[in-house]
Amino acid sequence: MKPYYRPPPHMFWLHRKPYFMFIIREMTSLFIAGFCLFLLVFIYSLGQGRETFDNMVAFLDSTFMIIVHWIVLVFALYHTFTWFNLTPKVMVVWIGEKKVPEFMVLGAVYGGWIGVSIVIAWLILY
Amino acid sequence: MGKTIELEIFRYIPEIDEQPAYRSYEVEFEDDWVILDAINHIKDKMDGSLSYRWSCRMGVCGSCGMMINGIPKLTCATFLKDYYPKKVKVEPLLGFPVERDLVIVMDDFMTKLENVKPWMIRDKDKEKTIDKGEYLQSPVQLEKFIQFSMCINCLLCYSACPVYVVDNNFIGPAAIALAQRYNLDSRDDGQDQRNEYIGKHEGIWDCTFVGECSKVCPEDVDPAAAIQQAKVTNTQNFVKSILWPFGGKK
Repeated sequence: MKPYYRPPPHMFWLHRKPYFMFIIREMTSLFIAGFCLFLLVFIYSLGQGRETFDNMVAFLDSTFMIIVHWIVLVFALYHTFTWFNLTPKVMVVWIGEKKVPEFMVLGAVYGGWIGVSIVIAWLILY
Repeated sequence: MGKTIELEIFRYIPEIDEQPAYRSYEVEFEDDWVILDAINHIKDKMDGSLSYRWSCRMGVCGSCGMMINGIPKLTCATFLKDYYPKKVKVEPLLGFPVERDLVIVMDDFMTKLENVKPWMIRDKDKEKTIDKGEYLQSPVQLEKFIQFSMCINCLLCYSACPVYVVDNNFIGPAAIALAQRYNLDSRDDGQDQRNEYIGKHEGIWDCTFVGECSKVCPEDVDPAAAIQQAKVTNTQNFVKSILWPFGGKK
């Protein structure tokens, strides 16, 4: 037997849309991680005194940073929706002898997300 | 008869060819013809040298999986009229060595399948003699694994999985789904043995949840779900082994 070994397709994720969307989903993690790092820097600047913090706020107020944050928000939402929608596949919940339907698992994660967002919004705004 | 469609078929005859090549065939077809019908027609009437696997023609045996225009499909369940008037490109399943034409070498999968021990394993002290009766199972206990038991080993999921295609070390969707099928069976006690194998990096942790394995599955087995659920169980077991008294063992 002389089997032929086909090389894997170069840049497989450019060949089909589902693979491309998968790579986008994975790539959104970079934006989330970047935002988390930025948040740490932001908190650090808060501890460095009034002047440093004011400079940071002024920097954040620039058009460039606002555009960057909008881009990050779009990727963060894509990340959240795609992963939340996959939750029922991962979490199979049984209550006694009844399997909890997928829409209820989805409802729980989205409900939790909205609930936490409301609490954070309330803390910031009031 | 009347309509004609072009099939561009991957050809590789190891005694003759150093490299594979594509050969085109014009086939007259009717609307109820599936791609396997066209391939059988080519073999019977046009080119007897063409090699491929097939058996049941009804989506049960899992033999006739091929890449159809780049997507893994059972050729017995894929209609030509859905592609007409475009041509149909037929290739062997991606990610496997090609033995001849459309026939792949399945040895890698067979080894992995054997390694997940897809059979009932029971603790010696739970084994019953025949006169003690059968091992009963409730409908709810059946529901927990029945979906994963539908696998027909057609290997479409392996060809749809970019992780496996790029790196053959990955145990792969079907083998892990079948491990889950037995792990979730109330009559089975072999979870520890199977989890030791699928819990490796090349097992469940190599899966990046692309999810295409589940989309191409002709039996709706949903191997992607099986792998993620195995990740949850393995993580819980790991945490228990550290935090629980006696490592969570009964």
